[in-house]
Formats: sequence, structure tokens, C-alpha cells
Amino acid sequence: MKWVRNKLDQARKPFEPGQKLEKFAPAINAFDTFLYTPNHTTKKGAHIRDVVDLKRTMITVVFALIPALLFGMWNTGAQYLYQDMGLENVTDVPFWDAFIEGALLVTPLILVSYIVGLTIEFIFAIYRGHEVNEGYLVTGMLIPMIFPVDIPLWMLAISVAFAVLIGKEAFGGTGMNILNPALTARAFAFFAYPLYMSGNAIWVHEGSTDGISGETILGTLAQGKSVAYSFFDAAAGFIPGSVSETSTIAVLIGAAILILTKVGSWRIILSGFAGAAIMGLIFNAFGLNALMEFKWYMHLVVGGLSFGIVFMATDPVSAAQTLKGKWIYGFLCGFFGVMIRVFNPAYPEGIMLAILLMNVFAPTIDHYVVQANVNKRKKRLSKAKAKLQTA
Amino acid sequence: MDLINLFVRSVFIENMIFAYFLGMCSYLAVSKSVKTAVGLGAAVVFVLGITVPINWLLDTYLLKPGALEWLGTEYADVDLSFLSFIMFIAVIASMVQLVEMVVERFAPSLYSALGIFLPLIAVNCAILGGSLFMQQKDFSGISESLTYGVGSGVGFFLAILAIAAIREKISYSNVPAPLRGLGITFIITGLMAIGFMSFMGIEI
Repeated sequence: MKWVRNKLDQARKPFEPGQKLEKFAPAINAFDTFLYTPNHTTKKGAHIRDVVDLKRTMITVVFALIPALLFGMWNTGAQYLYQDMGLENVTDVPFWDAFIEGALLVTPLILVSYIVGLTIEFIFAIYRGHEVNEGYLVTGMLIPMIFPVDIPLWMLAISVAFAVLIGKEAFGGTGMNILNPALTARAFAFFAYPLYMSGNAIWVHEGSTDGISGETILGTLAQGKSVAYSFFDAAAGFIPGSVSETSTIAVLIGAAILILTKVGSWRIILSGFAGAAIMGLIFNAFGLNALMEFKWYMHLVVGGLSFGIVFMATDPVSAAQTLKGKWIYGFLCGFFGVMIRVFNPAYPEGIMLAILLMNVFAPTIDHYVVQANVNKRKKRLSKAKAKLQTA
Repeated sequence: MDLINLFVRSVFIENMIFAYFLGMCSYLAVSKSVKTAVGLGAAVVFVLGITVPINWLLDTYLLKPGALEWLGTEYADVDLSFLSFIMFIAVIASMVQLVEMVVERFAPSLYSALGIFLPLIAVNCAILGGSLFMQQKDFSGISESLTYGVGSGVGFFLAILAIAAIREKISYSNVPAPLRGLGITFIITGLMAIGFMSFMGIEI
């Protein structure tokens, strides 16, 4: 460990203030703080000593994502191989075969996402003279997880570039954006390349070329057919879908990590699921078509709903900031998610678009929550004053 | 059910701001604080909700080809539709006068905050656009045109409310200097339009 530290210190000499490469300091600092805690201390003023800084927060989210990612790799491979090998069940595929196949398919997506995104981040950091923030570690991991596995890599690269440039850097970088960058990337790809982002044939590797049926549950329902998957299959995630959003169980492990470390807001997660369940119940009560009759508890486990609510809606930057606002925001995310899903079969991944829409309205919710509090306090004050005068 | 469908369509899918980019001038100029944005949004809802049905009546019983038939059969082939622009504008202008007087009387602080943009609603393209879309859509009843007018107004209201809250939030952000002000507002508008596209194609 000491050896690495020494090497790093040596390597960063030309980047010190006053040296030749001073302008490029953010680049080396990013590597340094990625490996070690920064050693600079404040000279005066308030000192906040806390182990949880932005970097620690972000890396916690990355850890929380790992169960879903590993499961996604396995599922991607298994979904492809079990039809390729002519097996009965997805679970019959030998474990390592499936995992290695999936890892080979998913890793290029992750690499492209990180390389494109981090390049833009580094350029902006050097040009604008601020440090590289760790926010992209999470975004760069999330983006490949919500894309279909066969997306051409250049499309992924353009979506990532759009999300980082327009969705984030134009607002001033990490912590300033109004929309979740990962969702911006997905929405951009969805509207720019709809052929590659929706439909039934894209969710399994080579699904369209080999005549393999890779229909998602929601796609099947929209055609009015019945669903062949049980509640357990859907919850465990043995179903076709985007890379890592199929397994509700793996996502819930991540949710537990987020909630225990207090990185993610349990209010948003809880109210998000509640909103989705209530909307599902309302539709069940009407039950006009196959999508409306789809049981409310199934809505919670199919598609990207759980992934969206746990990892996207809880994004601390674009979500509502106030505690009451978080309840409202999360509830509406789930509510609109199921509503878009049912009313609009062309957009099966309703939850992603619903969260995007709620990102737009999060500042409005916050404004009114704060305003309500101000009014309440004003009223209390005037009451107290009136009491004083009468006394 | 048809009316609900029409309402949702006009609020979200055919949103005046995000689908047609109408009424941008006041949308950009008055969205610096939530309070004034709410005032202007409410004024637009009111004006659209009144003028679209009134213009529908005018269009159906006065302007459309054959609309004057109720006077007698000899008027059946009279076509006054070349007058529709001036009639619509006259109705809109008088309604805006009314709104202006009400706002000045009951909310003088809002009146001074809105400034020139309140009378300028009269030439707001979203308002005239609402009436012209109504003419184009050929509504069959006054309830439909009322729903459409109020729906379009609510769409404008939501858009200006959301962007005002966002602009208040990002007022401390470190936006790159060339983008500060209107530049970033246009980018936000585009991103918000992506969010609103989630409702596209919805049939209730």
C-alpha cells in the first residue's frame, strides 16, 4: 500500500500548483481520492468531521447495485442460452455457462458507459477548474443496467454523452442537475432510437435474429395474451428484460443496503411501492382489459418498477428534498408509473418515464411543502401574539 | 369519458408549451419566481377557459360557412370565416381587460409583479392558438371546447409552475457562464418536454 502511495505522490509532482501540468490537477486528484482519503485539511472556520462524504455515499450505491448487476449478468446469459440450447427452464442452464456468457455481453456496455462519461467529466473538470466528482460512478453503472443488452454500442455512447453534457454538465456538474442523468440517457435513447429500445424482440441477446421469443411480460399483456410466468419467477427475475432490472429480490437486497446506510430514502421507496400498489388496485377494480386485470402485486415485481423506485427515484439530487415532499414524490412516481404502463402499452417501462416526470415536478413539490411550513409557523406566531395581547 | 380523454390530452400530450412551443415569451419572462408564475398561469387558465367556448359559439353561429342559417334560408351560403381572426382577437382582448381589472383590484402586488405581461396575454400566441386549434378540431359541442380551453390553460399553468420552481432551485447552481439565464432555461424546457412525452399516445 505504501508503495502505491509513494508512486502516486511522485506521479503528482508535476501537477502541484505552480508546476507545468497544474491545469490538469483535477485528473490526478480524481485518481488519488478514488484510492485514498484526501489529506488536505481546512485552515480555519468550521470543521465537519464525518466519514460519509460524497465519495463514500456514491460507492455505497455502487455496492448496493452489485447484487442486481451480478444477477443481471447471469439472467442475460441464461435467457439467451436456454432457448439456444433448447432447455425447458431458464434455471436449467449450467450456472457458470450462463454467468460467463452474460458477463461477456454486459461488460462492453459498462466499459463504454464509463469511458464516454468519464472522458466528458474529466474534460469539463479540467476546463472549468473544479474537481472530478464521484457522481458518475453511480450513473455510469446505472446506465448499462437499464438498457437492453443488444443496444449498439455507439447508441449507448451517444445517449451517455447527451445525459452527461446536457443533463448534468450544462447545469454545473454533480449535484446541480434537475433530471436523473441515467434516466435522461434512457429517455433520450428511447425517443431517438425507438426500434432498439422497445418492442418484444430486443430483450434477449440475438432475440430478433434467431427467432427466439424474448417477449417481456408487459409486451405479452399488451397483445392480450396471458402470462406464463409465476409471481415467484417474476420476483426472482427469471424473465426477459433490460440487463439488470428483472430481479426484484436482487434489487431489494440493494434497497436494504441503501436504507441501512441511510444513503437512500426509505420514505421514497416505501411510498413508491404504495403508489404503484394503489394504482394497480384501482385498475383491478375496473378491469376493462388484460393490462387492467393484471394483478396489483404482479405490477410490483415485473419490469423495472422496483429497480426504478429503489435506485432512480431515490437519487438525492433530482428527488424532492423535504421529508413530506419525499412521501408525495415517491407516491406519485409509483402511481404514474403503473398508470403509464397500463394506459400506454407502447411505453412498457412506464416507471422510468414517470420518475423523469416527477423529477420535473420535484422542485414544485418542495416549494409548496416549504411554503406550507412557513404559513403554519406564521399562524402559530400570530396566535401567540394574540394570546400575549389578551393576557 | 371522451371529455376526460380530451382534458388529459390537452394538458399533457398537446401541451401548449412542450408540444407546440406556443406562448414562450411570457413563459420565459415570468418564470423567475413561483409566485408570479402562479398568477400568470391562473390568468391564462381563466382567459383560455372563457375565450375558447365564446369563440366556439361565434364560430358555430356566425362565422362558419352556413353558420347563419338560423337567420333564414337565404343566409345559408354566407361564409364569414375570413373574419375569424379579428373576432377571436377582439374577444380575447376584452377578456384580458377584464382579468386585468380584477387582478389590479384584488391583488395589486401581483399586478405590479406581472407588469406588462398581463396585458400582453392579449397577444399571447397560446391563447389565440387555443381558439384556432378549437376551430381546426371542429368540436361538436360547447362542453368540448370548454374542456379543451381549460385543459390547455392547465397545461400552460403546470409548465410555468414547474419551470419557475426549477429556476428558483438552480439559481445557486454553477451553470457555465454562456448558458446562464435564458440559455439554461431553454435546455430545461427541452428536458421537461422529454418528461411530458411520457404521456404521449395515451388513450383513456
